[in-house]
Amino acid sequence: MTTAVSPAEVAFDPAGPWQRARSVALRPEPFGALVYHFGNRKLSFLKSKTLVAVVEALADHPSASATLVACGVTEAQRPAYEKALADLARSQMIERRTDA
Amino acid sequence: MTALLPPRPAAPERPVGGRLIDQFEYGLDAPICLTWELTYACNLACAHCLSSSGRRDPNELSTAEAEAVIDELQRMQVFYVNVGGGEPTVRPDFWHLLDYAIGHDVGVKFSTNGIKLDKTRAAQLARTDYVDVQISLDGATAEVNDRVRGTGSYATAIRALENLAEAGMKDFKVSVVVTRENAGQLDQFKALTDSFGAQLRITRLRPSGRGADVWDELHPTMAQQKDLYNWLLANGDGVLTGDSFFHLSAFGEALPGLNLCGAGRVVCLIDPVGDVYACPFAIHENFLAGNVRDEGGFQRVWQHSELFADLRNPQTGGACTKCAHFDACRGGCMAAKFFTGLPLDGPDPECVQGYGESALAARDLELVTPRSHIDHSHSGPVRGQPTLLGIPSIPSKICDESPLAGLDLR
Amino acid sequence: MPETHTDVDAAPAPAAAEETLVEESLVEEVSIDGMCGVY
Repeated sequence: MTTAVSPAEVAFDPAGPWQRARSVALRPEPFGALVYHFGNRKLSFLKSKTLVAVVEALADHPSASATLVACGVTEAQRPAYEKALADLARSQMIERRTDA
Repeated sequence: MTALLPPRPAAPERPVGGRLIDQFEYGLDAPICLTWELTYACNLACAHCLSSSGRRDPNELSTAEAEAVIDELQRMQVFYVNVGGGEPTVRPDFWHLLDYAIGHDVGVKFSTNGIKLDKTRAAQLARTDYVDVQISLDGATAEVNDRVRGTGSYATAIRALENLAEAGMKDFKVSVVVTRENAGQLDQFKALTDSFGAQLRITRLRPSGRGADVWDELHPTMAQQKDLYNWLLANGDGVLTGDSFFHLSAFGEALPGLNLCGAGRVVCLIDPVGDVYACPFAIHENFLAGNVRDEGGFQRVWQHSELFADLRNPQTGGACTKCAHFDACRGGCMAAKFFTGLPLDGPDPECVQGYGESALAARDLELVTPRSHIDHSHSGPVRGQPTLLGIPSIPSKICDESPLAGLDLR
Repeated sequence: MPETHTDVDAAPAPAAAEETLVEESLVEEVSIDGMCGVY
């Protein structure tokens, strides 16, 4: 299944501050979570409970990288998690925070 | 109720990770989205109505009961509810329930023939967030449309589309049921919806409700199915299908979507009297899981009904699983098989490899195809009734349950 | 990617499950229109 490329692609920068997008609903499931964006109607499936924890904790940390560390993501797992966050950024499920 | 489904292994084990559809087959804590028919009342009498609608049921959920359902959906974090009927806007409390749902974190998409969408309502909808509108249309011309939906129904739909476009409504949709009579109009449908700035949605005709009466003459031919498949591959970007054509994936390249029967797994139906069915195309006692008025409400039915537990126990046997194309088509539509009297673990009646036709031909000549007892069809003449029903329909089966079957008393 | 359905323990150790998942994408996207059984 190919996913449509969002016209306003924001490159995912793990050093920046991120948060779950405001138009997004997240619902835990046995396998992880379902995430639904009310604006673009996209539905995503998060396949790991850890990833769910990361997405929920993004707003509490100065950077996505710090969030990964805080949630116990190992060095070996980091690339997969950064890729996952990049996917979510592309579908606008997470957005950059604009705090000063 | 469990006897009708093919034998399945006990206690399924949910796989770890893997594809989304593998998880979905085992069920979810809440539906992803569900269909909610608000009323059986309808101003029209479409020939193929999947819910056999027309007359209000005396026992329909009250406003308070409907609000309680919405409260439950909110607690279960259901993202979206697809509201239909009958014609949902003929319920006097429709606009109240719409606001109530949106105000309780449940998005609404409603399906309508457009009868109530005047300029005022169109403007109201245009400024309301989290609501989607879907106008039903089954012909790109009045001639084709009105034969199935009734005289004047095309004009009603167009007027609604005009009002929505003029009001600046975003992302509204035109929903078309593909039939033998309109299968050649796909390009015209696209042009029509483009002209209103709307999105085209095409869906599959199932032999459900009154659709069972007109299935033989209205369902697309094999050649039309092939053309439809090719059209979707070529033009499908931006055309929605509700994943209803996943049986066509067996032609080759899979169409976008889960390609999976969602019944009882990711979707279900709440009907106007609160009955919960596996799917809107399966309004029949064999697919009745419970009622929202029962103790535990909708959540208890969704999470613990025996029927849904069975559906979430994926079958491992059956004729279809041996076919090379099974992974693409997953055996097709459960409702289509059920209402044509085919076994649920065998081919879809419209199987693109032809196994469905063979299966239909192999049916016992004296077979009585299942018939739902839920019928709210108008009993008297309906203004502008579809001309497709101009003559009493002759039952296509040799015999039928009811001595009055096929007799048009209008 | 080998099918793992029949090989998976009923309750795998969390670390082991995570190892498996790292091999595949952790996010899968699908359209909400892309499931059958909806109006």
